[in-house]
Amino acid sequence: MDWNELGLKMGLEIHQQLNTTSKLFCLCATEFVDEKFDDEIKRNLRPTQSELGQIDRAALQESLRKMRFNYEAHDYHTCLVETDDEPPHNLNKEALDLSMTIATLLNMEMVDEFHTMRKQVIDGSNTGGFQRTGLVATDGYLETPHGKVTIENLCLEEDASKRIVLDSKISKNKSIDDSKEDITDDTNVNINNYTHFRLDRLGIPLVEITTDPSIHHPEQVKEVAHAIGQVLRSTNVKRGLGTIRQDLNVSITKGARCEIKGVQNLDLMPKIVEREVQRQLKLIEIKEELEKRDAKVLDEIHHLNPIFENSSSKIISAAETVKGVVLKGFAGLIGEKVQKGRRFGTEIASYAIKRGVSGIFHTDELPAYGITSEEVEAMKKYLNTGSNDAIIIVAHDEDITISALEEVIKRAKMAFEGVIEETRKSLDDGNTEYMRPLPTSSRMYLETDIPLFKIEKKSIDKIKNNLPELPDVKKERMIKEYNLSEDLANQLVRRLKADDFEVIISKISSYTDSSINSSIDSTTVASVLAYDLKEIKREGHDLTNVTNHKLINIFKLLADSKISKDAISKLIIEISKDTDSNPEIIAKNKNLLVLDESSVQTIIEEIVNKNSSMVEERKMGAMGPLMGMVMKELKGKADGKIVNKILKEEIETLI
Amino acid sequence: MTYKELAKRFLDSANISIGDSLKIQKENISYEGILLDRSEDADDGYIVLKLDSGYNLGVDINNASIELIEKGDRPKIGYDSLEIEKDPNKMNISIISTGGTVSSIIDYKTGAVHPAFTADDLLRANPELLDLANYEVKALYNILSENMKPEYWIESANSIVNDILEGSDGVVVAHGTDTMHYTSAALSFILKTPVPIVVTGAQRSSDRPSTDAYLNLFNSVGAAKSEIADVSVCMHAGLDDSTCNLHKGTKVRKMHTSRRDTFRSINSEPIATLKDGKIGDINPHVNYTKRGSNELEVNNDLEYKTALIKSFPGIQNELIDYHIDKGYKGLVLEGTGLGHIPDYMLDSITRAKDENIAIVMSSQCLYGKTNMNVYSTGRKLAHANVISGGDMIPETAYVKLCWTLGQTDNIEEVEKIMKTNIAGELSQKSSLKYFLN
Repeated sequence: MDWNELGLKMGLEIHQQLNTTSKLFCLCATEFVDEKFDDEIKRNLRPTQSELGQIDRAALQESLRKMRFNYEAHDYHTCLVETDDEPPHNLNKEALDLSMTIATLLNMEMVDEFHTMRKQVIDGSNTGGFQRTGLVATDGYLETPHGKVTIENLCLEEDASKRIVLDSKISKNKSIDDSKEDITDDTNVNINNYTHFRLDRLGIPLVEITTDPSIHHPEQVKEVAHAIGQVLRSTNVKRGLGTIRQDLNVSITKGARCEIKGVQNLDLMPKIVEREVQRQLKLIEIKEELEKRDAKVLDEIHHLNPIFENSSSKIISAAETVKGVVLKGFAGLIGEKVQKGRRFGTEIASYAIKRGVSGIFHTDELPAYGITSEEVEAMKKYLNTGSNDAIIIVAHDEDITISALEEVIKRAKMAFEGVIEETRKSLDDGNTEYMRPLPTSSRMYLETDIPLFKIEKKSIDKIKNNLPELPDVKKERMIKEYNLSEDLANQLVRRLKADDFEVIISKISSYTDSSINSSIDSTTVASVLAYDLKEIKREGHDLTNVTNHKLINIFKLLADSKISKDAISKLIIEISKDTDSNPEIIAKNKNLLVLDESSVQTIIEEIVNKNSSMVEERKMGAMGPLMGMVMKELKGKADGKIVNKILKEEIETLI
Repeated sequence: MTYKELAKRFLDSANISIGDSLKIQKENISYEGILLDRSEDADDGYIVLKLDSGYNLGVDINNASIELIEKGDRPKIGYDSLEIEKDPNKMNISIISTGGTVSSIIDYKTGAVHPAFTADDLLRANPELLDLANYEVKALYNILSENMKPEYWIESANSIVNDILEGSDGVVVAHGTDTMHYTSAALSFILKTPVPIVVTGAQRSSDRPSTDAYLNLFNSVGAAKSEIADVSVCMHAGLDDSTCNLHKGTKVRKMHTSRRDTFRSINSEPIATLKDGKIGDINPHVNYTKRGSNELEVNNDLEYKTALIKSFPGIQNELIDYHIDKGYKGLVLEGTGLGHIPDYMLDSITRAKDENIAIVMSSQCLYGKTNMNVYSTGRKLAHANVISGGDMIPETAYVKLCWTLGQTDNIEEVEKIMKTNIAGELSQKSSLKYFLN
């Protein structure tokens, strides 16, 4: 596809949780809580007056029905700020500094004064009915191989509560997979019409980074997301699933802007864009064809029960009612593929599904699903439709059927506009699915409970002078400076062990400089940090006690040849269980210190003598098996090289 | 416009005022947006802009240049009036607002929050209220409740009387929460009422979607329609948006700075619970006045020279002496424990007695009765004619003394009234249930 000719435009919006000690406006920790909640609080939200315009009782009632919420709170992990029962505390300075660091790395201009705003959000994810957010910086940029991209805004805001789906069968509340969680839609209302949320995530600081819509190539989106990710990961942000959320805006000249939520996999981005462009092109094609055919959506909803009286379709025979609508001139188009595996009918169905049906039937795919050709013919005859016309039918309870078909009519009419502005959900295969209409512009006003916060030039300068190294830069430096392999350097950086590595290495090298004994190569230290620690942790050991200070002592023991390399892992495990003693004492108590050369000599002599017949028979060929026996006996208490040397000498004396 | 000095000169130089679109150019960056007002206590070196994105920011005007893009319109607040017909089958409820807004309009263009006081605004925001009653809405004051004065209690009472005379079947008073229980106590003493008078408010402001104003107001209207013709306070019963408690106006207190369920009955229990605009359970152990059993009566003389003084370790006589010197007619002491102040203060108390000043003892424990017979200091105080406030909370005792001194100058008469239950403020029996609920 020629992206330029299509006028492809994309923008990215990235939300990243910050790893601060406390939340943005209270002192609660920014960690999730595994324990069962202590309290449930039931709340309603009401649209404020300015959002109503005029009295529309039905609309208000409908919106209130959806605004009943159950919040799960903890007595000590959350506080009155999250439950909206106490004014917010002052802005978390750590979070502001961190967001300023990120803004500086993105070449942005800081605002002179930070104003906390209330952004109306009445889906219940914020107990107050608004999210607190503020603009930190604007006008940044990033260079990518496909060109420069403008970073428009960086905002510091509160994360929302976590939605909980009640599983009545297991009777255990399950939080929605974080990656998909943001995706709230009105079908998912729980029993008793309460939507459930948990408060532990509410108020965790987030930065929201938005680019302008100047990204013009599908591959470039991935580059930009990757580059921003690199910047974020060089700072103190949260890691892991659900801590970063990426939304993608896509449009083409003849299409419309669609916001794709919850893109997790960067590699999938180009495919998502291609599929979305494909979908938009197809919708434009369908629109043109409908115009050519002079197509029309008829408003009447027809009662079709008599036709399906003896239907063998399970869905239809189980339903209270079957109803249908006529789409004049739509024949063949509903079955058109808009994306791989998704037809125009799927687009229509995704609107109907929001009203509680599991799907729709349309004549482009019938007879099928137990609906016979006789029934289809009878229906066509009854509705007086021609070969160019399509019928969509829905089977369910009376009111749900009507409401679903109203959505069908609404969506079918939208086909004449081509592409509709929508918020869509990213699917794992690169396709997207309708979630809700694109929200109108944010309604924001000042959060009067929080003082304005001046950003002084000297604090900006301080941040500029203390910028973290970007991960790629750091990796390259580690390779050069410490002579590490690319893989090791990469692991250290990715596992956030690079700083520890540098601290340890500098202490060790100043120690070994002054010692005549030996030196320790950087690869040994790096691989302990990058691999051994991970392995030990995976075995279930708690590494809280294993401080850098203790690791340094371990490496000093190694430098002094008091322990062997092979003993390091065992020693770390022992240290993890013992908070008091120093590593050398532990090594001694646990019998991990290397034996002096004469003891090693004695043990080797003994083994060689025991196996003298083997030595006679195989000469130096006995080296391998004997080495194994010796090492087993020594259990890492001697250095392999020395063992090797002595063993060789012993064998030589025998032959 | 609250811009002053530097910022004002800067804006005036380009003929820019609030609401105008402007562009401000700085060394490395420029912003375009609408000029907003700046809070009065903020620095004059900054101006506030609202950007297209909706975000506000403060811009340091030092080394900046400014140009006008477009003059803005003054934002129009409010709506066209509503035509609401009275339903003869519904009761007529008056809503009197003293401040503490029951509904707000947000102007998202400027971010300003405007309190809505008219009946139309109120009903537009809360159309469900129309199901319950016909309304007369009056904005009496727009004050923060900490600025409430005894004079305003009288005016509020007079306004309520007018409404009742004009046929109101019940009155709801919207009030800031800080001093709500002083007002409810004052109305309890000033008025004998044939219809319910319900005081209510909100702990979370009404510009928020999470405001508690709606539930409190809806249930207060329910209470105003009920048979419970007391002066009462109707507020959230718990943290949930589900039920409200109806408290006796003389036995209720704000007990938390910020929670929705801040109001608690003290030395009593709520009269009733309310749900969905209807009385739910009525507490059989709390007495209330039935609708229509009282004739409307107003006793609105108050003595403003009345004070409430809290005792504390180290308190000095001069605090009492000051009030005597300034001509105060009555003092309520918030004593420690059963109702004590340091024994060295007896001199000043005796002086007050000699000056014919009424002194009433209440307890800073809040819960329980005062009793000045148990300890010697108490007995000495009683001997000096200090009047026991019984189980009245200090605030109610204060309001009652204001009112009592308005009724009589005679100190014996004052003591008699203070010790007589007038409006449910004194109870003889202390139930095991009357604590921390």
